[in-house]
Amino acid sequence: MAKRIEAKNLNIYYSKFLAVSEVNFTIAPRSVTAFIGPSGCGKSTVLRTINRMHEVIAGAHVQGDVLLDGENIYGSAVDPVDVRRTIGMVFQRPNPFPTMSIYDNVVAGLKLQSGRIKKVELDDTVEKSLRGANLWEEVKDRLGKPGAGLSGGQQQRLCIARAIAVEPQVLLMDEPCSALDPISTLAIEDLIQSLKEKYTIVIVTHNMQQAARVSERTAFFNLAGVGKPGQLVEIDDTQKIFSNPSEQRTEDYISGRFG
Amino acid sequence: MTAAAPTTLAGSSKGGVRAFKNTLATVLVTAAFGIALIPLVWLLWTVLSKGLKTITQSGWWTSSQRNITYRKPGGGVWHAILGTAEQVLLCTLISVPIALLVGIYLIEYGGGRLAKLTSFMVDILTGIPSIVAALFIYAVFITTFHGQRAGIYVSLALVMLMVPVIVRTTEEMLKLVPNELREASYALGVPKWKTIVKIVVPTAFSGIVTGIMLGIARVAGETAPLLILVGYSPDTNSNLLSGFQGSLPGMIYAQVPQLGNIRYHYAADRMWGSALTLIIIVMALNLVARLVARRSKVSN
Ligand SMILES: Nc1ncnc2c1ncn2[C@@H]1O[C@H](COP(=O)(O)OP(=O)(O)OP(=O)(O)O)[C@@H](O)[C@H]1O
Ligand SMILES: [Mg+2]
Repeated sequence: MAKRIEAKNLNIYYSKFLAVSEVNFTIAPRSVTAFIGPSGCGKSTVLRTINRMHEVIAGAHVQGDVLLDGENIYGSAVDPVDVRRTIGMVFQRPNPFPTMSIYDNVVAGLKLQSGRIKKVELDDTVEKSLRGANLWEEVKDRLGKPGAGLSGGQQQRLCIARAIAVEPQVLLMDEPCSALDPISTLAIEDLIQSLKEKYTIVIVTHNMQQAARVSERTAFFNLAGVGKPGQLVEIDDTQKIFSNPSEQRTEDYISGRFG
Repeated sequence: MTAAAPTTLAGSSKGGVRAFKNTLATVLVTAAFGIALIPLVWLLWTVLSKGLKTITQSGWWTSSQRNITYRKPGGGVWHAILGTAEQVLLCTLISVPIALLVGIYLIEYGGGRLAKLTSFMVDILTGIPSIVAALFIYAVFITTFHGQRAGIYVSLALVMLMVPVIVRTTEEMLKLVPNELREASYALGVPKWKTIVKIVVPTAFSGIVTGIMLGIARVAGETAPLLILVGYSPDTNSNLLSGFQGSLPGMIYAQVPQLGNIRYHYAADRMWGSALTLIIIVMALNLVARLVARRSKVSN
């Protein structure tokens, strides 16, 4: 089910401001790719173009192509809503729907996408997704309680359960652990390891140990210079990026000799 | 160390000044609060003490003022409650959908020229005195289209007063819904309109209900449209489409000519009674709305 992602000559704009220029990469299915780089270099921006969330911001637009198993998601006949059903997203800050119970949060995507679904099917999905997100044991006795009443780490795992409940093929995560304590972080890293058997995962992180721990491939982004747009410096096997990167700038960043 | 610098925390003379300023500010704020409260408490006390004996009389809530003159005790407010309820209900039924859609448009789809223009119009509408709204409706429906004065026209005039109140509170409440929730919904592959209907509006629901309540409270006591568009009838008339109709503000107003009467105090009693009745009804609605809003916060 997982799909390959290719970016071709991506130029990403906020109105007239070119935020990221000329991005090209290929991400293999069933792999974890980490995006690293200094703040403001465009990691989130690139991530959000992969599921067409970028254009939700007024004035934001994209040039270039993103191919999902060869199909251009920016094709004129493609509905962004369908793209987002295939490519799920987890945000930096946990954002469960405050009006909904844990149960309803998990099936929100399913219910809102396609209307009426049988109760048994929903029950099934809830259990499967919560188990998938490593949260089932903690919440199975209070599925009717509000999702916002969970701890931050639990909320984030609830958001992951919500994202995988609609069975996407790709999962994008924008600093999913930055608001969490080390134990919850570990839980989510374990989860990423098990999710990659089914999904293609792209994760933005500022934590280099985390990138090294969870990903097979790492992409290093940086600003091309002061006042210039961000760019993809290199993308390679994580092992190589952290031991012997091809670019001097990557090495400087990794070793903390940055700026 | 220079002379001005305090050496210990306790010895700091600045600390004393700050504590004094703090106390002063606390006293001032508390006093301002007390002063603001005085008229409210006074008003409630006056209406309550003068109106309570009337509204507890038998028949007050169930009978009309039919065949009751200022020389006679008795009678009730049923005709007035019915008229006000009908007019306000119709007004609410028309206003709420319009105002909600306008509020949603302005916040969720706005940004363009049309949105700016709409927002400007709502501002203007907010400032329109009720008597002008009433004259406008009169000019359109009675002068131009030769209608007869009736309750329905009151409702229409009230719509002009209610819509801007609800639009503004709806806007405020929708603004409070964090963008992250909208994005979370889009990221699940939910279309925009469905995100608004199922995520954004429910999240803002209790606030929107409060806005509707404010709108109702705003129009329920309006008097000018009543005087101009329907007059007052001491009889029960449930027909919004024709004839004079009783109303709570109308009933209050109808008692005024006899207020100075030394021999008969019935009109004055009835006036305070109807004023208290109006306050009670608006407060009861408020309470109900609060309960509804609280219930809906978490739907299991
Ligand atoms: N909504 C927006 N409107 C305009 N410019 C934006 C917007 N969001 C981001 N930018 C700009 O785009 C550039 C890239 O931002 P982005 O958020 O992608 O960086 P990032 O690498 O994710 O940073 P961080 O590590 O701090 O999250 C920055 O110059 C930023 O100022
Ligand atoms: Mg970011």
